[in-house]
Amino acid sequence: MTPRSRRIAGSLAAVAVLGATLSLVVAQTGPTSEQHGANPQLPPPERGLLPNMRIAEPAGWGDRRPAVPQGWTIQAIATDLAIPRQTLVLPNGDILVAEGKGGGAPVLRPKDYIAGLIKAKGTTPVKSGNRLTLLRDADGDGTYEGRWVFAENLNAPYGLALIGDKLYVANQDALVRLDYAAGQTRATGAPVTVAKLPSAINHHWTKALAADAEGRFLYVGIGSNSNIGERGLAVEENRALVWQVDASSGAVRPFATGLRNPTALAFEPGSGQLWAVVNERDELGPDLVPDYLTSVREGAFYGWPYAYWGSNVDSRVQPQNDNKVRTTVRPDYALQSHSAPLGLSFVQPGLAAPFSEGAFVGMHGSWNRDQPVGYKVIFVPFTNGRPSGPPVDFVTGFQADGKTMGRPVGVTVDPKGALIVADDLSNTVWRVTPAR
Amino acid sequence: MHAVIAFSALPLFLGALLSDWAYSRSYEIQWTNFASWLIAAGLVLAGLALLWGTVDVLRSRAMRQHRGVAYLLLLLATVVIGFVNALVHARDGWAAMPMGLILSVVVLLLVAAASAVGLARLPGRTA
Repeated sequence: MTPRSRRIAGSLAAVAVLGATLSLVVAQTGPTSEQHGANPQLPPPERGLLPNMRIAEPAGWGDRRPAVPQGWTIQAIATDLAIPRQTLVLPNGDILVAEGKGGGAPVLRPKDYIAGLIKAKGTTPVKSGNRLTLLRDADGDGTYEGRWVFAENLNAPYGLALIGDKLYVANQDALVRLDYAAGQTRATGAPVTVAKLPSAINHHWTKALAADAEGRFLYVGIGSNSNIGERGLAVEENRALVWQVDASSGAVRPFATGLRNPTALAFEPGSGQLWAVVNERDELGPDLVPDYLTSVREGAFYGWPYAYWGSNVDSRVQPQNDNKVRTTVRPDYALQSHSAPLGLSFVQPGLAAPFSEGAFVGMHGSWNRDQPVGYKVIFVPFTNGRPSGPPVDFVTGFQADGKTMGRPVGVTVDPKGALIVADDLSNTVWRVTPAR
Repeated sequence: MHAVIAFSALPLFLGALLSDWAYSRSYEIQWTNFASWLIAAGLVLAGLALLWGTVDVLRSRAMRQHRGVAYLLLLLATVVIGFVNALVHARDGWAAMPMGLILSVVVLLLVAAASAVGLARLPGRTA
């Protein structure tokens, strides 16, 4: 065993006061088979005295690069950003990058303090940018030589969407709008608030955003205010759901509920159906509960906090709600538990097989698991607008030798036939293109 | 003196037990948060008393003859089971129950016994 195979079995309560975290050394085990698809194996819930925690130490990329499939190349098109999360490819090919970090939920228990210290080891020390950066490749040679700060003094911007000449930005506390004209490198005028978004506590602060094809409605993903209701259910009002926002009036209404943390939303181009990736609950074991990719059906309840993956009851929530458990809808497609999908983008028709129909999913990577999972971008193949097979690794190599060089967040298909990947650990935006 | 510190942990562990009981009756999550902090604070005091008492027993033969060892063992049990209880309370929501409530009872009994044994020695040896 090497120091690298150290496992931080961290934490909790009284250690806070004693100011120490437990470290213990365990042997690495082989890779596990990944959960995926419509019928994942669900082991019984388990939780020892300590939750499994493993945070791979961050390290610089050096000469390393993420790995991509044969026939593809990857290149960093922007570095030294301030926590890039989601990206948007504008009609003229420019790329907007939302940079920032929100949250800051108060410590309620000694555990919150310790867990916060441990998880912070796996993230960048860079301060939240609270801005949008615009990247431009004017001559189309694949090098993004142009770089401007498009807008600043935003509040942890995350979701981005363009409807005509209006750019919508989902800050952690409000959906705002900026005017946009083709070729612009700097926003003119201050952001106009379209709708306030629930932001009290903001345990899960990211506000995912997607606009429908007609430009009539925007959809905002709003995460829960806790892992599993441990801050009380009163603070979960208007949380763990997808809101529908009328783009012209700013009127809001719940569209689908019980989605613990819907971190990315996108429309499937063939069917016009809204899809989401959702981060499910922690501390029930390494293979529970699967995160998922699902179509978001109007009025549907997806379980949180009372149930998971259909009507499996989560007994940590008391009093229980049998009615809610019965009405829980099963998601469409499981992703490996704890892999933390934060990015979702459907391919445009015309990309070469095997990527001609389906969705890319950026996985930020696990903490609540001995054997790390996620830390990669996968491709989920679709046929006729529905998932049709096991996921394929697309960008990997974000971890090596027990170190973590990068953590993928937002993924965006560039209509020019490329994939844009935001990496909030190395503060880089990557571009994956077919090799010429 | 350390027996007094150990005794002062008792109301904290008692508070934790009452909070656990309140949570188990009301499902009101704030009670279990209270219990978590009370247990942590109780552990600090009990740990301090354990450290001090250990030094005292090692240094003084008189201490060893005055049930000092029994007192220390009770205090050690308080700290160990108290720590386990703190970890149980770190589970989210109802996952801390009913084990947290049971352990809170055990820890309260242990700290009461340790305090009783420790304080009983006081008249013979003024702190």
